[in-house]
Amino acid sequence: MSAACRPSAVRQNGIVGTYRDDGIVLRTQKLGEADRIITILSRRNGRIRAVAKGVRRTKSRFGARLEPFSHVDLMLYTGRSLDVITQAETVRGYGEPLVGDYPRYTAGTAMLETAERFTTIEKEPALRQFLLLVGGLRTLVDGGHEPRLVLDAFLLRSLAVAGYAPALEECAICGVRAPSDDDDDDDDPGPGPVGGGRGHWRRGSGLRTFGVAAGGLTCKSCHAPGAATAATGTIDLMVSLLRGDWEAADASERRHQVECSGLVAAYLQWHLEHSIRSLRHVEHA
Amino acid sequence: MYEGVVQDLIDELGQLPGVGPKGAQRIAFHLLTADPDDVRRLAATLIQVTEKVKFCRICGNVAENEECKVCRDTRRDPSVICVVEEPKDVAAIEKIREYRGRYHVLGGAISPIDGVGPDDLRIRELMTRLADGAVTEVILATDPNLEGEATATYLARLIKPLGVRVTRPASGLPVGGELEYADEVTLGRAFEGRRTLNV
Repeated sequence: MSAACRPSAVRQNGIVGTYRDDGIVLRTQKLGEADRIITILSRRNGRIRAVAKGVRRTKSRFGARLEPFSHVDLMLYTGRSLDVITQAETVRGYGEPLVGDYPRYTAGTAMLETAERFTTIEKEPALRQFLLLVGGLRTLVDGGHEPRLVLDAFLLRSLAVAGYAPALEECAICGVRAPSDDDDDDDDPGPGPVGGGRGHWRRGSGLRTFGVAAGGLTCKSCHAPGAATAATGTIDLMVSLLRGDWEAADASERRHQVECSGLVAAYLQWHLEHSIRSLRHVEHA
Repeated sequence: MYEGVVQDLIDELGQLPGVGPKGAQRIAFHLLTADPDDVRRLAATLIQVTEKVKFCRICGNVAENEECKVCRDTRRDPSVICVVEEPKDVAAIEKIREYRGRYHVLGGAISPIDGVGPDDLRIRELMTRLADGAVTEVILATDPNLEGEATATYLARLIKPLGVRVTRPASGLPVGGELEYADEVTLGRAFEGRRTLNV
């Protein structure tokens, strides 16, 4: 049969699946001679992995736009295994202000890695995680707060969005409400805890038991193996970060901030079942 | 699947960066049909490379002796050190034939997301080289991407208190390019680093 009369798919290329979305560049990986694989957390399509062709060449049209921390407006077409980026415009570049400040840069990197870990399935919409990341990067760049606090707030809220918010006001196992600070410092036991009797919590010691595997605070009765002891000031800081009470968080003591970072990192990595490599390199300002 | 040694060759070639299974097969069959002398020369070179080539004890560049040819060259200016990420960056700078100082190869860039921190690079060795006060300028020629910029910031913070001048190559518009295609970051840097024309 000649080529002319063959019932082939000539001129039937089908519709090329192009789409437009905006997102934050999480990671870049080298591909071949001059290409890169760009991982993006997008507003509508969740995590996308796409190829940016020729971006490693100095004459690339959008090389600098597709660096980590960039919020970009993209045009992509759907490929067989990876999508391909055809156009990129910067919405806001968070990278430039961050690289000039090493503690902020390391905190920001941990935010990007965490966002990637929380969006395990490609192209599954994750709008809340996206908005959280944009807000976190904006706060980090604005420079109003200690970078490690911004990071811990982001990690705690990411956990909350994913359904892993730590129990900070009640026992993670039995649900008995923890006494307030005033009750804790006072020798008078005060009103009994909601949902349980007195004597569930260590009183007057200024300490709480935080069980990473248990899912947050644990009372005296619910002994959680391997639980850490934390100052009430640390738990209060975690509550402030989770609620966005920056006035209280900024006023917290340094030792509570350090303890909070350790607990949040351990809690996050336990529940993610994966280590966050960047956390090891995060520097305090 | 091929028999024995042919399949072994394909598998070994497939381990090389940028070579996939099809590429490995193509190279293997090219070698099978090539002049045996050429193949022997290639094999001998591969063995020589693994036996002879090491890293310079001073700068970390590839060398055939304890020290690389740049570190051995007494005509090179010892007061200027150009810090680069990889040995291939040394070759790129050497091509311009403008730079007459010495080098220091870090062995990568700080990238926390890939688990690479300052302790994984040859930063301690650089600080040791700067300790005797003979170096007056350090050029931080790490890649102009995010990891490279962060590495440069980190190093500048360490080096500046020593009283050494810290510089970074200019960023901007590529020669032969067109302004309308430049991205905002590059164009912004180009305007930041604009210079007076001496005419």
